[in-house]
Amino acid sequence: MVASTSDERRRLLFDFLKPPVLALQEFVALSGRAFVNVFRKPHYFNDISLQMDVIGVGSLPIVILTGFFSGAVMALQMSRALNQYGASGQVGQIVSIALVREMGPVLTALAVAGRNGSGIASELGSMKVTEQIDAMRALGTDPIQKLVTPRLIAMAIVLPLLTIISDFVGLIGGYMVSVPVLRLTTASQYWSTAWRSLEYNDIAQGLLKPLVFAIIISLVGCFYGIRTTGGTQGVGLSTTRAVVVALVWVFVTTFFIGKLFVNL
Amino acid sequence: MGGNTGETILRFENVTLRFEDEEPALNDVSFEICAGESCVVLGAAGSGKTVLLKTAVGLLRPSAGRVFLFDRDIAPLREQELFALRSKVGILFQEGGLFDSLTIEENVGYPLVNQPAVNCPAVEVRPRVEAALGFVELGHTLEKFPSELSGGMRRRVGIARANVTEPPLVLYDSPTAGLDPITAHTIMTLILKERDTKNTTTVIVTHRYQDGFLLANFQYNPDTGAVESVFRNGAGGERRTRFLVLREGRLIFEGSPQQLEASPNPYVQKFVKRLYN
Ligand SMILES: Nc1ncnc2c1ncn2[C@@H]1O[C@H](COP(=O)(O)OP(=O)(O)O)[C@@H](O)[C@H]1O
Ligand SMILES: [Mg+2]
Repeated sequence: MVASTSDERRRLLFDFLKPPVLALQEFVALSGRAFVNVFRKPHYFNDISLQMDVIGVGSLPIVILTGFFSGAVMALQMSRALNQYGASGQVGQIVSIALVREMGPVLTALAVAGRNGSGIASELGSMKVTEQIDAMRALGTDPIQKLVTPRLIAMAIVLPLLTIISDFVGLIGGYMVSVPVLRLTTASQYWSTAWRSLEYNDIAQGLLKPLVFAIIISLVGCFYGIRTTGGTQGVGLSTTRAVVVALVWVFVTTFFIGKLFVNL
Repeated sequence: MGGNTGETILRFENVTLRFEDEEPALNDVSFEICAGESCVVLGAAGSGKTVLLKTAVGLLRPSAGRVFLFDRDIAPLREQELFALRSKVGILFQEGGLFDSLTIEENVGYPLVNQPAVNCPAVEVRPRVEAALGFVELGHTLEKFPSELSGGMRRRVGIARANVTEPPLVLYDSPTAGLDPITAHTIMTLILKERDTKNTTTVIVTHRYQDGFLLANFQYNPDTGAVESVFRNGAGGERRTRFLVLREGRLIFEGSPQQLEASPNPYVQKFVKRLYN
């Protein structure tokens, strides 16, 4: 009697864990093949540049907007605390460290995951349910090479660039609030503290993060897109999942990368 | 092509395929199709027709059993090796499978350009695409995109793409599903025309017995350009048609058109009777 219930419990646990473990296994397999294809012919350069255009140029407005306001908000919120300590001259330093290390990479990744991670999942998902992916395989094209690898490469090039733009625009946003609006400091002091406070460590993590996020967003989007089943409804479901899962992983990895650099 | 009747083109040996833990989509299916034959797989929605066709070309891998395509066991082949084998098979997908981002011309030319074993010189692509589209009477749509065509026209483009490389074996997945009777008849006529002018081994899966009936009892006459009964000029039965009936993943009938109509199995009878009332 006791044995049977414990067996049952084990079985329930197994049934509960099996789908996510299988999904993870499939995700790793897909990622592996996507990476191997980076070094393998044929290369679809047209698809890469098309995706760079879609992701990069297309996301520029929203990245500039989020970047500007995150810098502005940061200066605004910090101004009181800095005043208390009589350190309002340091506002440039605070804004630049927070932006370059954390806010720039994460906010840009959020914007791009919402815009392009979902776009990738829904595009590949519709291709799956209309059997275009099967047709590709039937007609001599590897869908991972043709669809996944170009999106991975394009995202890995474009997201760090977008992040740099976002960081820079954020610094301008911080400047607008701290100098002309709140008069916390002078323009030259703002820019010189902002610039001097950045170390190699900050810049390295500020560039490593978007690279890792790019890999996460593109592969998760492709993975859920390619796994889509169940017609048009299934496409909606995969799109939602792709965005949610990518965001969770962005937050988890930003913590661990941050921790890695704190220990350095 | 496919002229030497008798050699096996496609063979299933006890194929079972299941998705995760559900009931198997194919359950111990065995049959074979020889060169020059027509094969009609009848089955209700969800009986495993699409899964059967995808398994035949290695788009899905069986959980048990073996599939032989052109006398090669496809189980040990890697995807790259399958590409060469698949270039000898034309496929019309149920959902179309036309690439939205490409024009009709690029869609139909896709197998010529991308299939490794086809080796079509670049200058011949356009004329062959034009010929294939002309064959399905869509010569004027080259520059259009699939989204600009009607459902029936997209099916016809799919037929053109499946046949553009003149493969010895062509698989049609539910070619008449979701079409009105008139368009469905046009599609079936085109399938007969492709089969009888190029002498291809043809497999069609369908839920409509009349499609199978047409394939078994009619042929395309290239002289008159019309479809006529095979019994008209006494040459009837020259092309063998084999019927298979799938029910929930199991093959419950295999045989000739005469055997099908005479089958005592009530489920098989339901398919056949539909034609007469
Ligand atoms: N990718 C898949 N994942 C899980 N189940 C599937 C998948 N494809 C098909 N099936 C199941 O297999 C069965 C047969 O499907 P299918 O071959 O598409 O039927 P049809 O005869 O209508 O073409 C159905 O029950 C379907 O739900
Ligand atoms: Mg089907």
